[in-house]
Parts: sequence; structure tokens; C-alpha cells
Amino acid sequence: MTLAAPDHATASPAGPQRPGAQRWLWPVALLLTLALGWAAPLLEALPGLGWLIRVPSALVIDMQAAVRGFMDWLVNRAHFGLFTFRELTRGIAWLVDQPYQAARFVLVEGWVEGRGARAVTHFPPLSWIAITAIVTTMGWHAGGWRLAAFVGGCFLYLAVFGQWASAMVTLASIVIAVPFGVGLGLLLGVAAYLSPRFDRALRPVLDLMQTVPIFAYLVPILFLFGFGPVAALVATVIYAMPPMVRVTTLALHSVPEEIREFAAMVGCTRNQRIWRVLVPAAKPDLMVGVNQVIMLSLNMVIIASMIGAGGLGFDVLNALRRLNIGAGIEAGLAIVALAVALDRLSQAYARRSARPPTASGMSWLARNRWAPALVAVAVLSGLLGLIWPPAQSFPAEWQITTRDFWASLVRTINVNYFDQLEAFKNALLLNVMIPLRRFLLALPWVWVLALVTLAGWRLGGARLAGLCAALVMFIAMAGLWEPAMITLYLCGLSVVIAALIGIPLGVLAASGHRAGRVIGGFIDTLQTLPSFVYLIPVVMLFRVGDFAAMIAVVLYALAPAVRYTAHGLRSVPSELIEAGTVSGCTRWQMLWRIRLPMAVPEILLGINQTIMLALSMLVITALVGTRDLGQEVYIALTRADVGQGIIAGLGVAAIAIIADRLIAAGAARTRARLGLTGRGGS
Amino acid sequence: MTEGTVTLACRNVWKIYGPDPSALLAGGSVPDAAAIAASGHVCAVGGVDIEVRAGEIFVIMGLSGSGKSTLIRCLSRLVEPTAGEILFDGQDLLRASPRELIEIRRHRMGMVFQHFALLPHLTVLQNVAFPLQVQGMARPAREDRAREVIALVGLEGREGHYPRELSGGQQQRVGIARSLAAEPDLWFLDEPFSALDPLIRREMQDEFLRVQRLLQKTIVFITHDFDEAIRLADRIAIMKDGVLVQVATPEELVLRPADEYVAAFTAHVARAKVVTLGAIMTEGAPPGDTAGRLPASARIEDMAARIEASALPHAVIDDADRVIGHVGRQAVIDVLVNRGRG
Ligand SMILES: Nc1ncnc2c1ncn2[C@@H]1O[C@H](COP(=O)(O)OP(=O)(O)OP(=O)(O)O)[C@@H](O)[C@H]1O
Ligand SMILES: [Mg+2]
Repeated sequence: MTLAAPDHATASPAGPQRPGAQRWLWPVALLLTLALGWAAPLLEALPGLGWLIRVPSALVIDMQAAVRGFMDWLVNRAHFGLFTFRELTRGIAWLVDQPYQAARFVLVEGWVEGRGARAVTHFPPLSWIAITAIVTTMGWHAGGWRLAAFVGGCFLYLAVFGQWASAMVTLASIVIAVPFGVGLGLLLGVAAYLSPRFDRALRPVLDLMQTVPIFAYLVPILFLFGFGPVAALVATVIYAMPPMVRVTTLALHSVPEEIREFAAMVGCTRNQRIWRVLVPAAKPDLMVGVNQVIMLSLNMVIIASMIGAGGLGFDVLNALRRLNIGAGIEAGLAIVALAVALDRLSQAYARRSARPPTASGMSWLARNRWAPALVAVAVLSGLLGLIWPPAQSFPAEWQITTRDFWASLVRTINVNYFDQLEAFKNALLLNVMIPLRRFLLALPWVWVLALVTLAGWRLGGARLAGLCAALVMFIAMAGLWEPAMITLYLCGLSVVIAALIGIPLGVLAASGHRAGRVIGGFIDTLQTLPSFVYLIPVVMLFRVGDFAAMIAVVLYALAPAVRYTAHGLRSVPSELIEAGTVSGCTRWQMLWRIRLPMAVPEILLGINQTIMLALSMLVITALVGTRDLGQEVYIALTRADVGQGIIAGLGVAAIAIIADRLIAAGAARTRARLGLTGRGGS
Repeated sequence: MTEGTVTLACRNVWKIYGPDPSALLAGGSVPDAAAIAASGHVCAVGGVDIEVRAGEIFVIMGLSGSGKSTLIRCLSRLVEPTAGEILFDGQDLLRASPRELIEIRRHRMGMVFQHFALLPHLTVLQNVAFPLQVQGMARPAREDRAREVIALVGLEGREGHYPRELSGGQQQRVGIARSLAAEPDLWFLDEPFSALDPLIRREMQDEFLRVQRLLQKTIVFITHDFDEAIRLADRIAIMKDGVLVQVATPEELVLRPADEYVAAFTAHVARAKVVTLGAIMTEGAPPGDTAGRLPASARIEDMAARIEASALPHAVIDDADRVIGHVGRQAVIDVLVNRGRG
């Protein structure tokens, strides 16, 4: 809160006020808040004051019914002249299903006729040897031998540890979802680049799409497309697309002005300008977006197992439901292998596209002599598989299972350290979590509304205050006050803990120590993992409840705090460091007096990201039985109740948007005060 | 310089940046610099008139921020002027429809950029052929043509390379080849050599002059380097704060600068490189014997050795071989040591 304190340099939006009053504003507000939280039960008992404490029921509108009604109308009656809405969704489903079936054909099933024992395989899918060879070659092509070995190792792992079939189902979804996501994102991004009006209209939609929690996507999709892999694919594409849109618009805008002028001067038409000049020139930047789409697709494909995507996500979900420790960890590790392999591969391709092609003046085949060899491997291993099955699919008797190992490991930990783990958990629960939760739930809603609005006003002026007030009112009127406060408590606590751990780690990572680099690499890897994976170890060790949820959220949301802190510390202008050195600062003084203060805006952005990730993870932890907004969405998902799902999802988005705007405004003010102009950041 | 036909003319062209540029010019009166600045606008180009004649090298020069780039972008309509008229072979470019503009740029204009603006994903050959590809020319034809211009700029053997495999000078050769591929009549160059080392720059200037002798394009060339300007220019336009200060031949600029600003530019120029014998000769028939006959249009630098070597003056003749004056040792030495006259 001290960061939010106004200063003399920047004109405060609150208008002229005495500095003394400003300095005391937040401490007083804090004290009042504490007092109110403590006294609320007493106040509530007073006649006529209840509506100030609890949201009065007269205020609550049944928005869920309205959404439900709208969706019913959409599905049953909406008509766009040429076709109905239902025909539209069917059309989309058909469009997505065709390539998906083809991908399954190539990767999973082959061409099979009949079912069960009478099934006849006319054409096998690509053998495990062929697929491993393909990804290994891609690794070599994009990043050399080390990457090839790494990616090949990951896929061999999938085969050897018996995760091949599920992994290929997951991969088939990704192989289809990514081109759709990239293609649609590219088209929308180009449209936004060409039309500033469209851009302005699209921006808030994208903001909302990126803050609405992942489960909330699933509910309407489930409602519109039914249960199954196609619905999961649609959800995946919608979820993974927004970053591609943003990256595309940004990348096109940052093509050098001269290249744009060149396109005009050779007389390009609009389409030639976009597709022949700008998009190819922006390719290195666009590849960053592709990487994001791939990773988000993987994340969603795993979670979409709840609405019928099979594969590794389904295995994890199944194992979690049955508390089958070994199977859960095994499938989780397979997801890790797949995620890390896909991430490294797509990043290497992104880097490669930024390098110039060098083997000049040769034909494609001459430059890619491995291509025919690869086809040969695929065909030969397929043919060999006809007479010798292990060449086609990795035989069960060669597989290694680690289930029992993991199960017994977790059992050992639980047996030997049960007391310590329980004591730790209980101490935190009793002393911090439960009191905090009670306190937040007791706070008068009007006071919370006032506080948030005040913060908005101080940090960003009347507009931000209005936005904050409107969003808080939305939560209150939607009847979501209680779950929203629980969300706030879990998210807030997790973010504080993540920051307490993450910022020192970031300092270490920026220090240039070996340990720091290792941490950096580890954090990068952590961030590529689908959120689902985090639940596995947490559930194994702490079972269900708020505490388990909090640990999972902290783990998932840690990365940006570390990354942004390290980045902020590293990008302190070198003249400042030199000035510090010349005036004889010790290392600690340098850190505390120069580097950290200068890095504050960047760290704030990191915290912002941490909050966003925490909120998205919190929703997923509904699976381990929290009682927050995420639980509302999850229940809606299990009941396929669109109204509840969408409104609760918007509730989470409201919290996310409030946090995002407040912190962004705070970071901007701090940056202005420090005289940093550039829009630093990721 | 004989008067030729005017290829490109611009009349009273303005480019004002700011919240409401056209309002400033709406009254029909000419706003003054102070008024423009006071209203929060930037006047990048203010009421410029120029005429570029067929086949000449017209150099625009001025300090950084004087509006050179903005002016050349107005002339090519990359930037929409706030007001004015731009006539290219008699046609008003500002009235051309988008379709017409595309046609004009495809076939009749070429441009070379300061930072080359090569497409990183294409080879040299593909880059040079790109303007033709955009026009829809078939591949064999456009690659043949591309090879021709690549040879013209001396890059044979590099057709298969990518831009980042080339040095800066080579990259700009590609840029020049590319801008010539479609055989434009009018050639714009915006500080084409500024991003290059001084040595390479000189080499590229020679190369540019060689190509121009072969092709005889009409050229608008921007530079902030006065030495470059006098090496290349038939005429030079000097800009300051968006306004044209003087348009003249290099020699006139040196001998009769319009104001202090121009004089400051020309002060450090070796005058012998610019001034011709015609400018320093004593008019009338030589008083006595002469050592020989020299053309009035010859630059002093090129003739200095001959004139100094002889004690007798030389007769100066005009284009029609008539004696119009005489020049002796002293006059040349005065110029060489930057003394007196002019
Ligand atoms: N898009 C723009 N918006 C606002 N002002 C501009 C814009 N483009 C140019 N200007 C201003 O117009 C003036 C002329 O700029 P211009 O780029 O034409 O100068 P220049 O002579 O080419 O300089 P240089 O030698 O640095 O390239 C400058 O003051 C510049 O700040
Ligand atoms: Mg310029």
C-alpha cells in the first residue's frame, strides 16, 4: 500500500490535498478495516444496519436465469437468415471434426473397420518408431543434436512408460487445435491491424477472454457442443487464440516503417502487403505467439478432459478422482514430458526463424536431405510392424511401470512425515488461513466497495474508480459475494506467499550465481506445465481443502514473480549501477538502495501476472474442494448449467480485472515517479 | 545546366503534424512558424515549391529534422500532404485513385531506403525480383530481369544469398537493384548511403554515378552530407525547418549563398571542387599570349595543375568554342586557399 501513496511530483487525481492527509489515508483506512472486520458481527445486530454489512437480497438480481434464457433462445430459436445457430454450431463441429479424425487416424488408430475382436486394421497409424524419429528430426532441424536427443528422449519416455496411447490422443488434439488457433488468431490480428476500430472493439473482448477462468469456457461450450472431443477442441481453440491475436497485431505494428513504405512503393495491393511483406517480415515475432498457442492448447486439452477430451488429461483426472497415486503421477509426468518437449521444440523454431537461413542457393531437397530418410523410416517401420508387431506399437512386456514406486514413495512420505506435514498444515490453517477467511467474510460489503473505489480513484482517477465500483457491484448483485470473498482470501494469501518466495528467488536469479541460473531454468520449466499437473503432488501430500489448494496455487503462480523480479533487476540502467559503485555502495546497499527501488514497477507487473495465474489456478483447485467462485464454476460444469457457469466465471474475471487495472495504474505511477519512460515488461 | 522538361513538380506543399492540421491552413493565409508551434503542431514541410527536370539529379539536403524525409514521402505520396499539389508528368498525384497510385508506383517510381528495407526471408534474387512478382510477372521473366540488374550493380554470384549474409554496402546494392528492377522513370533515394562507412560510401557514390550515366533516370536524392550533395547533384535544394531556403547548382550555393544558414553549410567545402573557371575568369579577350584554351564549365580542381604550371594565362571558352575570358595563376590560387572573391 505504501507504493500507492501519492507523491508530490505527479499530480494526484484526487486534486489538491494536504500532503499530511495523504500520508495518513491508507494507514487510517487499514485501521478502520481491521476495526470493522472485528466489529461487524456487533454492528450487524444493530437494527437497520444489516444491509450495510451483508448484501441485501433486494439487490441481488437473478442474472443466471437471464443467461440461461439467452442461451436457450440462442440454441433453439436464433436464426441468422440463412441458417440457425444450431446449424452454425453443427457446422463448426463438423469442420473441426474432420481434421481431428484424420489426426487420430494418423497418430492413434489407423484405419480400422469393425469393433472389438472383429476389428480389422486396414492401415496402421504411424508407428512409435516413426513418430519418435519425426520429432527427433524436428529437434535436430530446429536446434541441433542436443535438442534432438532431448525431444527424442521425451517421446521414448512416453513409449517406455506405457503412456504412448494416451499421449498420442492428446497430441492429436494439439496437432489440430494449434493450426486452428494460430490461423484464426492471425486472421483476427491482421483484421485488428488493418482496422483500428475493430482493434478497439476486440481489445476488451480479448481482455475478458484472458481473465475468464478456464473452466468457465467449458460450460457454454459443453452446452453448445455437447460432451466429447469436438467440444474440447473448440474450447481449446477459443482458449488458446487470444495471445496469437495480440502478438499478431503487435508484430505487424512493429515491422520497420521502411518495410511498410517499401511495400507501398512497389505498388503492393492490400493483400500483397499483408501476406507477402508484413507477415513474413514479422515471422520471428509471430513464432512467439505460436509457442504460446501450443502451450495454452496443451493446458486446455488436459483440462478439457472434463468435457470429453481423452488422453493424458483424462488419465490424470481419473487417477485424481480415485486417488490412484501411482497412475496419477505417471500420467502427470507424461504430461510434463510432452509439455517440455513441445515447448523446447517450438521455442527452437521461433529462434530459428529469427536467424537468417544460411545454406544459400540450394534446392529444398538438398537442404533437407533428411526428409526422404524420414519417410523411409516411417514406411519401413510400418511394414516391419506387419510381421513384427513391436515395431508398430511398443509392446506391453517391454514397458516399465513406476506406479508402485510412486505409490510407495508417497506412502512412505505420508507415513513418516505425516505428523510434520499435518502440524505445518494445521498451524497455517488455524493461525492464518481461517482467521483471515473469517475476517474477510465478516467485512461489511459497503466498506469493501468503498475501499476498492477509493483505491481506483487514488491510482487512476475517476474512470478507474467507476470501473472498480461497477465490477464490485456486479459481484454483489450477482449474489456471489461470499464465494468472491473466499476467492479473494485464497488468492490474496497465495499471492503474498508466492511473492515472499518469488521475489528473493528473483533476486538470486538476477545475481548471476550458478544457483540463480539453475533457478531461472527451473522456473521456466515450471511455467510450461499445464495447471492440472500441479494438483497431483499436492493432493498426494495434503489431500483436499483450502490448504492443498493454496499450495498448488503458490506453485503455479510463482514463476512470474521470479521472472519479472530478475528482469527488473537486470534492466536497471548501467549508469545508475556505476554511479552507485563510484559512490562506494556495498552490494547490499546497491540492492536495497538502487536496484530494488528501480525494479519496483517491473516487480509490480510480475505480481500482476502472479495474481492472474493464481486466479486461473484457483478455479482448477475447485477439484480439491475449495468453496470459492471456482467451485461455483465447477459445479456449473458438472451440472452443465450455463447460467451459473458464465456468471461465476464473470465474477472471477471481475476480480481479475480490478486487480489488473489497479496494479497497472500503480506501476505506471511508480514508473513516472522514477522517471522511467519505456514500457518495460515481458 | 540547360532547362529540360519538368518531370516532377510540387507546388506549395505542406505537411503539418498535430491535432488538427488542416484547420491551420483553412483560412487561405499562410501561417507563420510561431503560430504553428503555439497551436501544438509541427510543421515538417511548409509551403515547398520545387521542379525536378527530366534526367537530373536533384539533391535535397538539410540538417536532421529539417523535413527532408517528410518531403520525399510527400512527393511519393507515402505521406499524405496537408495541402499542395504534386504533378508527376503533368498528373496530380494527390488526385490519383488508390488503383492509379498502385500502377504509377509499380511502373514509374522506384525508391531506395536508408536502412535498405530488404525482406529478410527472401534471397537476393527474390528480393530484386519482388517488385516484378507483385506486378504478376511470370517467374522466368522476372528472374531474368532481376539477374540483369543484379549484374548492373556488381553483385553477380550472390543471387542465392540472404540479406543478412551480406555487408551493408552489398545490401544497399541489392536495394538499388531492386528499385531499378521495374525500370522506373523517377527514382527516389532517401539517404541511401548514410548507414554506410565513409569509404564504402564513396565507392557507392561512384557506383551510383556510373549507373546513372547508363540509365539517365530522374532522381530525387536526399542527404545531410554536403560533400555527397556536391559530388552527385546537378541542383541542390537546401531545407531548414521544413522550408526551402535555396535551390541552386552547387557552384551557385558556394558563390552566392542565400543566407547565413546556407553559407555555414558551404563554408568548409573545398571551393575548387565546385567552382568553375567561368566563375573566376576575367571577362573579355586575353591581353596577350595564352597558354591554351579551357572550357568555362570545367571545375577549378581539375584544371588547377595546368593553370598553375604556366606563367601565361589560359583563355576560357564557352560551349560554342568562343573565347569569353581568361584566367591566370593568381585567380586559381585565391580559390585554392579560399581567399577573396565570390
Ligand atoms: N509522424 C510524425 N508525427 C509528428 N511529427 C513528425 C512525424 N514525422 C516527422 N515529424 C517531424 O517532422 C520534422 C521533420 O522530420 P523528417 O523526418 O522529415 O526530418 P529529416 O530531415 O528527414 O531528418 P533526418 O535527417 O533525421 O532523417 C521533425 O521535426 C519530426 O519530428
Ligand atoms: Mg530522414
